[in-house]
Amino acid sequence: MIGPKLTLEHVSYAYGAQSALQDVSGQFLPGSLTALTGPNGAGKSTLLQIIAGLLKPQKGRVSCSFSQGAVGYMPQTSTVRRDYPLHVLKAVYTGFWPQAGAHHAITPTLKQRALEALHEVGLEGFEKRPLSALSGGQFQRLLFARLIVQDPALILLDEPFSGIDTKTTAQLMERLLAWHRQGRTILCVLHDPLVIRRYFPEAFVLCHHCIGKGLTHDLLEQKILFSDFETRISA
Amino acid sequence: MNLSAFFLDPFFEHVFMKRALVAALVLAITTTPFGVFLALRRMTLVGDAIAHALLPGVAVGFLLAGFSLWAMTLGGLCAALLVAVLAGFLTRATSLKEDSAFTLLYLLALACGVILMSLKGRQLELMHLLFGHVLAIDPASLFMIAGVGCFALLTLAALYRRLVVEGFDPVFLHIMQGAGKSRSTSHFLFFLLLMLCLVVSFQTMGTLMALGLMILPALAARFWCSDLDSMIFSAMIFGVFSAYGGLLLSYHGGVPSGPAIILIAGLWALVSAFLGRVGSLRAHHVTH
Repeated sequence: MIGPKLTLEHVSYAYGAQSALQDVSGQFLPGSLTALTGPNGAGKSTLLQIIAGLLKPQKGRVSCSFSQGAVGYMPQTSTVRRDYPLHVLKAVYTGFWPQAGAHHAITPTLKQRALEALHEVGLEGFEKRPLSALSGGQFQRLLFARLIVQDPALILLDEPFSGIDTKTTAQLMERLLAWHRQGRTILCVLHDPLVIRRYFPEAFVLCHHCIGKGLTHDLLEQKILFSDFETRISA
Repeated sequence: MNLSAFFLDPFFEHVFMKRALVAALVLAITTTPFGVFLALRRMTLVGDAIAHALLPGVAVGFLLAGFSLWAMTLGGLCAALLVAVLAGFLTRATSLKEDSAFTLLYLLALACGVILMSLKGRQLELMHLLFGHVLAIDPASLFMIAGVGCFALLTLAALYRRLVVEGFDPVFLHIMQGAGKSRSTSHFLFFLLLMLCLVVSFQTMGTLMALGLMILPALAARFWCSDLDSMIFSAMIFGVFSAYGGLLLSYHGGVPSGPAIILIAGLWALVSAFLGRVGSLRAHHVTH
């Protein structure tokens, strides 16, 4: 699989008078694995939502060659209803929407894929559990299982590891790296400097506008990454 | 008195009891799934408001055409649509919240309905419209209830997966479908079907209790099931037993039949809230 190339051209977005993004440009190459980082309220989630097509940029444009259903977007879990009366396996089935749509059957082959995905994220044996019985970490694993069955070429993750213990983070990170090896384009909002330094080859530092982009290593050397964001902006 | 005489004979001996039972059973089976979705969307009060808002439309139908099934049904549907559209408009255009907008409009509608009825109708007809007349269902109404109920249930089945995915993770469905157009289509269709169900429930249960047989079994089922499919199935079962038990109570106790059905359904829900397996008082007591 070859992920799409993603280009941002002068993207701006404001919530009323509150500006979230100002003139953000940049390019994400096919198969790149990029950490999107910056202080709280820097517009990271807004940018992800614009790329996912949930928001329309008020200025500028996003060009990306992915087709409908080929984008996997994992929002911060607060937007997913964890008390919805579904069993774990059926929640994973929702990831088959691109193939099965609103009416087609979940075939035994698809069921097998869903079971394998659950196995891969360490949720085997949880198929019949209700969602409300899952812990925060288990629920995050479930969302990863759904991404696996959805099989998207472009993957957008919004703080997938917040509130997750290090063991779970390491396991889910392995999955992310496997997707990277398969050539998918991945963009992940993250705060943890250790995780970014260790796993993400590229970074994109955002604070309303793009402060720096490129190889994580270079950005570290130039002290753009993890420097005091606030002083840099006022400078 | 032997058991079959108590439990079965009322429905074999009287045609009106037989029709009432069929009507109530059809409603119990076809409308309770809507109650389940309504409760999951946390919109039970909106449903109740729409049910009450039917009255002026039905009253206009009654004033123009007497006790005509079609005129009253069409009038009720128009009134419900009007209230829903107006409430949506008020919510968007002013600082009123959705619940306040619906409350404002349904009280207004209820008052208009009662005044309209008083212009021509007698007290008895008003009581029929407010509390239903399940014992006076004629074959034409019965066919209408069954037809509309089956249509609504089958359409809901076609929308089912969309509604489930949307309820669980609306953002996911939004992305899968690109533009927000399809989302509002399923939302709109769900509400249209809900209104259809309320209009036919209205025939039997009256405007004040039309939502009862739809929502109470759904609330009871939530305390027994953690999965949507089984929840809907249990809601149907609760509904069937409420309909049957209520009519039996009405017959032997000499009490009004619509309220008797709602009484039984309400008791199921209340008992489930105490003794159910999921999220009930007992379940909380066991886990804490």
